[in-house]
Amino acid sequence: MRALVATLFALFAALAVWSFAVAPAHGWAMPENVATLGTSVDELFGKIQWIVGAFFVLTVGGLAWIVWRSAQGGGGARSALASHTKLEVLWTVVPGAILVWLALVQIAPWEAMKFSSSIPRSADGKPKPPLCEVWASQFDWRALYPGADGRCGTGDDLHSPYELVVPVNEPVVLALHSRDVIHSFFVPSFRLKQDILPGRETLVWFECTKPGTYDLLCAELCGWGHYKMAGSVRALPRAEYEQFLERKTRELSSNGMEDTK
Amino acid sequence: MKLLARVFSTDHKVIGLQFFWSGLLMALFGALSAMLIRWQLAWPWSEMPVVGGLVFPKSGGVPSPEFYSALFTFHGTVMIFFVVIPLLTGWLGNYLIPLLIGARDMAFPVLNMISYWIMPFAMASLAIGFCVEGGSAQAGWTSYPPLATLTSATPGSLHGQTWWLLAIVLAGISSTLGAVNYVTTVVKLRAKGMGWLRMPLTVWALFLAACIQLAGIPVLTSGGILQLSDRVLGSGFYSASGSPLLWQHLFWFYGHPAVYVVILPAMGVVSDVLSVHARKGVFGYKPMVFSLLGITLLGFMVWAHHMFVSGMNPALGMAFGVATTLIALPSGVKVFNWLATLWGARLQLTSAMLFALGFVALFITGGLSGLWLACTPVDVYMHDTYFVVAHFHFIVFGGSVFGLFAAFYHWFPKMFGRMLDERLGRAHFVLTFVLAVGVFLMMHQLGLAGMPRRIADPTVYPSLRHLVPLNVSITWCALLLGASQVLFLANLFWSLWRGPRAPRNPWKAASLEWEADSPPPHGNFGAQPEVERGPYEYDPRTDGRDFQPQAVTLFPPA
Repeated sequence: MRALVATLFALFAALAVWSFAVAPAHGWAMPENVATLGTSVDELFGKIQWIVGAFFVLTVGGLAWIVWRSAQGGGGARSALASHTKLEVLWTVVPGAILVWLALVQIAPWEAMKFSSSIPRSADGKPKPPLCEVWASQFDWRALYPGADGRCGTGDDLHSPYELVVPVNEPVVLALHSRDVIHSFFVPSFRLKQDILPGRETLVWFECTKPGTYDLLCAELCGWGHYKMAGSVRALPRAEYEQFLERKTRELSSNGMEDTK
Repeated sequence: MKLLARVFSTDHKVIGLQFFWSGLLMALFGALSAMLIRWQLAWPWSEMPVVGGLVFPKSGGVPSPEFYSALFTFHGTVMIFFVVIPLLTGWLGNYLIPLLIGARDMAFPVLNMISYWIMPFAMASLAIGFCVEGGSAQAGWTSYPPLATLTSATPGSLHGQTWWLLAIVLAGISSTLGAVNYVTTVVKLRAKGMGWLRMPLTVWALFLAACIQLAGIPVLTSGGILQLSDRVLGSGFYSASGSPLLWQHLFWFYGHPAVYVVILPAMGVVSDVLSVHARKGVFGYKPMVFSLLGITLLGFMVWAHHMFVSGMNPALGMAFGVATTLIALPSGVKVFNWLATLWGARLQLTSAMLFALGFVALFITGGLSGLWLACTPVDVYMHDTYFVVAHFHFIVFGGSVFGLFAAFYHWFPKMFGRMLDERLGRAHFVLTFVLAVGVFLMMHQLGLAGMPRRIADPTVYPSLRHLVPLNVSITWCALLLGASQVLFLANLFWSLWRGPRAPRNPWKAASLEWEADSPPPHGNFGAQPEVERGPYEYDPRTDGRDFQPQAVTLFPPA
């Protein structure tokens, strides 16, 4: 039994390490990061992975080793030490120092991500206005781009259902809205997630660094159809983005008979 | 009259066992719902076994998406509020506190009886939810408004949610009454000589868990009453024009400390079980007590880490991120002290000991994966993905449930006066440990790959389709994990009637409960025990024993 249990624990430790080590090769890790803010997330994840890995192997491996070494049966203990002040100080101060460090290094990237003061500025020094409004409702996404009047919520808005189109390599600010319950705007490839509360505007920003189409998911339970609230984000070079807007503008005035492509 | 007196007993041991049996019953439903959830995730929209034909005759047994929402809402609610909390506090708190501190009963026996008999009403409310139009609640065990308050938001919010709220409020009242009792009993009824620093860690942990409940539950219960008011009276506390975030704060103010309510007692139990079956005192008793205290206090300063991306002020997120990272420290101290307790000891690998060792391995895993989640920028990605599901199942299944199994195998002889079958117990441990790892370990990878929780069909997203094989293997492990609990049930029921009679002190343990008969009579102890020393005196002695009972020995060595 002793050998079996020690082996079980050792195998468990090995399996856990393996599952994280081979994750990228099997698509079990975070998808490729394509946003500027995501870099700090991936770096923090990697640092924590080393800390977690070291303590995990030390403690679970240690447990397996202790079980392996212990002689089964009754009788007295071989080491009846009840406490040891130096040891207690050691295993309080060392992990404590690491945790304080960890608590502090997360502050700057968090601020860059979520603080309203971190929203990128335009040339005039004011916070960049939202590129578009994103409206979430049970169970779809809709991007609303301002038309000629430069404002959303008017008759000349450009609608893009299920697909958010953004220019690549420049900061993009979005104004998130919900029509009914709480939804959550989640783009894994951007490392971006933000709940959308009904009745208020929530701003997020990102800068995509690679043209492509990325999954947009709802990450907050929003009703029976939550699972199929799928959308996508298409990042285009600036020129193609302008063409997209022009096409949308033509669609608006089209009678439906002409080819607006 | 005699039957009535037994059913509505005020004896803490009877009430404890009532919590045990009803917790066990609810665990069966909770486990069944878990397996159905896994079925849908592995083979979406296929005929669901057992309940499929019964609930969905028209679709040939294929479940509806709203039924899936009802399933995970039920699973979370039952497992937290009706299984692990009532078992760890109601069963262990009631049964063990008076015995371990040398008291004859609880401080308020009648209140204790009422605390249990509120629970059947709470369970009935939960069951009624399934019978009303629209079906049972579907807003998750966290029930965020407006999804939970707008009756048209999801079928379960039509009527089911009201019954869910009633169940939560009733369970909350039950737990509060229990907690008043546990705190008062520990403060007032300790036997002569049972100083605070002579209490077994199980008592410390149960005491602190009860303190958390006293401070936290009234907040959640009031929050639940406000949500009831929104639904029934038409108020708008949590509406879009009110504050949907208010509910999240009120819910998590107890919802998070509740995690400590279910992990502290398991930590206490494991400390004691490790010590007894390693024949060695707990290493660093005082640091162990202080780390329990540390977790209790810090535990009230971390609730909003469930809300980093909720839209609350990000400055709050920063503060809660720092506090959450730091709460890993007392848990780490406990792990090192457990390992030091085992160091150089002669381990007796009884079933209780195996589950305690398994607890240590799985709790370490769950604790460490929490470090990623405490890191705010990383949590932005991880929040509401399967990474979080993996993390808290290592804590609640690997921690709380393994702690419960350790307690079951350790105290069964005392509670029922019979011995369990050790071979069945060991087989139960091996299967449970292996399969639990099979179920929960790779959920980390599902979450890393971006799979959100609470979605009925991950294959909707092209980027998640390659995860199907992983989901299928997890489901097989989950079905087998459920099936392997037959070993536990068989052992329980066979031993209850056919197990060999238990001696007074089968494990040769030093704490007070082993001075009482197995099972202890009404009033627990023949003569009032007087405590002379701490609970962890395990040294070879000249009289052939390797332990010193806490009390003046009332009986000749067992």
